[in-house]
Amino acid sequence: MPAGLTVTTLFSFSVLKKRLVKLVVNFLFYFRTDEAEPIGALLLEHCRITKEEENVFSISFIEEPERKYCFECDSEEQCQEWIEALKRASYEFMRRSLIFYRNEIQKMTGKDPLEQFGISEEARFQLASHKQ
Amino acid sequence: MKLNERSLVFYATCDSPADNAGFLYKRGERHTAYHRRWFVLKGNMLFYFEERESREPVGVIVLEGCTVELCDTAEEFAFAIRFSGTKSRTYVLAADSQVAMEAWVKALSRASFDYMRLVVRELEKQLEEMRWGCRHTPACCKARPLGMEHSLPALPTVLPKENGCAVWNNAPSVDQLHDDCDDEANPRPPPLPPRRRASSGDTGTAEISAFCRLHERYGREVAQLRQDWQHRQCQHRP
Repeated sequence: MPAGLTVTTLFSFSVLKKRLVKLVVNFLFYFRTDEAEPIGALLLEHCRITKEEENVFSISFIEEPERKYCFECDSEEQCQEWIEALKRASYEFMRRSLIFYRNEIQKMTGKDPLEQFGISEEARFQLASHKQ
Repeated sequence: MKLNERSLVFYATCDSPADNAGFLYKRGERHTAYHRRWFVLKGNMLFYFEERESREPVGVIVLEGCTVELCDTAEEFAFAIRFSGTKSRTYVLAADSQVAMEAWVKALSRASFDYMRLVVRELEKQLEEMRWGCRHTPACCKARPLGMEHSLPALPTVLPKENGCAVWNNAPSVDQLHDDCDDEANPRPPPLPPRRRASSGDTGTAEISAFCRLHERYGREVAQLRQDWQHRQCQHRP
């Protein structure tokens, strides 16, 4: 998983800028290549990751769908890796996965696998409450 | 540092259900007075609003890499969200009651993305282990209809082999007994027909596995009986 450092270019307003991009939990941080502090971050919730032209993917947000943050990678392979990683990077995606696995395991064993963690009663993990 | 604030605001105010919400008192940074704010926990983000009806949050605390602990302050029902690092701030909050405080501390200490990821990976592993275990059992798992290939019924216990044949447990498994109500949504494959147990007894040499041997064995019996009968018939004729 490309949670580590990789070099991509970010262009906004048709200007290509080389940035260091780092995926940390559900945030995508970007840095100037020679600086230690990030210049910005994107919260990756309710967003759409789209493959654009060769080596390029974009991130757009539900509340502003026309605005695309585009990233050009070094290779098609790297591009696909990032797309996969970013699609899984949201808290909401994880929550849905958890509910799915919980349900599957419960169907197979008749037991709630969240009981061992003491979190089976939490509202955030109930099937009905998070319809997507 | 720039942040896509509109996305944050959207996340805070959209109608996806909050993981916890309520009034809390927040201690100020510079002055130690507490301010009542409306707090909304969504995922790993704790938003706070000036009022419950406010359209935008005034701030957000990202709950990663922090500890939530009880506070030893004058303020009742206080707890702190503490981040590591010298530059990091500690947020002191206070609830209205013991119950509310405990609920918040519990929710906040499990709110991190890292915690979720841990739980998801653990469940993934459990599911994988179950499927893997299933693949090594003699074919009794059928793919369910509607592409729900991952949902497999509980397996009957396979006992140790005897005479080179697996001796099947003919009793239905516990799960099958309890699960009648589920049959409509998730039809189970039909139960396996009972297998004849390898016989231990009468002939001493019984090897039931090969049909031709069965045929031979009973054939001999029949031939013997026929012979006896024919002999008796001859004796009775005048």
